[in-house]
Amino acid sequence: MIEIKNLTKRYGDLLAVDAVSFSVAPGEVLGFLGPNGAGKSTTMKMIAGFLTPSAGSISVCGHDVESEPLAAKRCIGYLPEGAPVYGEMTPAGFLSFIADIRGLGGAQKDARIGQVIARLGLERVVEQPIETLSKGFKRRVGLAQAILHDPKVLVLDEPTDGLDPNQKHEVRTLIQGMAKDKIVIVSTHILEEVQAVCTRAIIIADGRIVADATPDELEARSRFHQAVTLRSTDLDAVKGFLMGVNGVAEVSVDPVEKSVTAFPAKGQAIFVPISRLVQERGLPVTEVMLERGRLDEVFRTITQTGARS
Amino acid sequence: MSAVTVIARRELASYFATPVAYVFFVIFLVLAGAFAFQMGGLFERNQADLKPFFDFHPWLYLFLVPAVAMRLWAEERNSGSIELLLTLPVTQNQAVLGKFLAAWAFVGIALALTFPLWITVNYLGDPDNGVIFASYIGSLLMAGGFLAIGSAVSAATRSQVIAFIITVVICFGLLLAGHPMVLGAAKLFLPQWLVDGVASLSFITHFASISKGVIDLRDLLFFGLLIAFFLYATSVVIDLKKAD
Repeated sequence: MIEIKNLTKRYGDLLAVDAVSFSVAPGEVLGFLGPNGAGKSTTMKMIAGFLTPSAGSISVCGHDVESEPLAAKRCIGYLPEGAPVYGEMTPAGFLSFIADIRGLGGAQKDARIGQVIARLGLERVVEQPIETLSKGFKRRVGLAQAILHDPKVLVLDEPTDGLDPNQKHEVRTLIQGMAKDKIVIVSTHILEEVQAVCTRAIIIADGRIVADATPDELEARSRFHQAVTLRSTDLDAVKGFLMGVNGVAEVSVDPVEKSVTAFPAKGQAIFVPISRLVQERGLPVTEVMLERGRLDEVFRTITQTGARS
Repeated sequence: MSAVTVIARRELASYFATPVAYVFFVIFLVLAGAFAFQMGGLFERNQADLKPFFDFHPWLYLFLVPAVAMRLWAEERNSGSIELLLTLPVTQNQAVLGKFLAAWAFVGIALALTFPLWITVNYLGDPDNGVIFASYIGSLLMAGGFLAIGSAVSAATRSQVIAFIITVVICFGLLLAGHPMVLGAAKLFLPQWLVDGVASLSFITHFASISKGVIDLRDLLFFGLLIAFFLYATSVVIDLKKAD
């Protein structure tokens, strides 16, 4: 359990995090979203115990981060932004160091190191200096370090940043695999990632929480939620047709994508009538798609209005 | 194993992960020997002692010890691994102490490698081994003082080069504090008690008194307090600069 109350961080005159409060329960994968400089990393650094809050409190597994820092740090696994590691060490040496400092000893130490090496696919590189490894492997070493002691709380600052799509997929699978009984907090600006791994998303802008909802709820806030997009060679004809369908409030054309989107009036389901009418009238339509809602649009709307207020 | 030991062991091993450690040893030994024999006239003096060898240690350390200390925190901050280190279940003081002890052990190894000189003078004559032993202790303490200063400076910057230069400047000031030239100039416009204060900060004065074979509590305290003060300063600086 993580409980954060009125968490505030000031750098001189700059208010980086402004009275943020939320709590996270085991089993939740919390996605932390926000534009650059919104205070995501600062918040995570305070949870991990690197930065000291200017005001407010953080409790991790019942331990206050400021008054019992060691107890709190013991139940956290933390991957800092950019996954810094000691480059001159080998993954084997590095993980052994982390195990020693986390108080894992003897058979338990060897077993845990063996497990994370297997889990992250580091077998081939355990004896190579980390600085000679590819970015993907470096990131995996960072993740291995974070999960080595099987922490109850996992704080990952942009774990997939700069990885290729395959590596991103691997990291996401890993997070999903660990999520069952743990608290996972992941920061990212990749919105598809939120849909892929998170059970809950907090959007932060200018140091304040501007949205706290499930990814589905966020999608539902989108203008595109339940909208229908048609791809066609004859955009004008399709546009004219859509204007005449019952329940369509607005139609917009995207000439680049060669698509037309119909937005429903409030509470109207327009997908079924549209797809039926398209077939009946034999319109030149190659694709009919029901939109779930576009997170990037919601993100922009929320963070930009949040910034203005 | 305590956290300090774990950190110190990792740090010490990292010195040896690259050839730099061995290059350092070679330079240290060559310079120590060159100073002792060429400038100190170890043989020509016809005395079985290591005074010429130890007399040059302050100047040898002036450039070599800041080179060891510069990476302590600057590199950690530059690579971002400081965030990793300080979010592990260790206190900041344990991290500061562990890294310092590793650097100190590293310089200690370099110093220990000068043992053939000790054997040589014993072979050639009949030196006062007590004095030599005391000199080694004094030399190690002085290196510790330099390192602690270097540690604090290193915590203030991401750049190892800047850390090196500033440390050299500060150490140079502390070396010269006991020099008659500096004290003479200071006497012109400072009250006597302040001049005495400046003189008592001198590394050379304290080192010289230990290397005469007199292990005075005051000299030990000087280096001990100096190290403690600058390690504390390291911790304060790390806190101040964390957010950068």
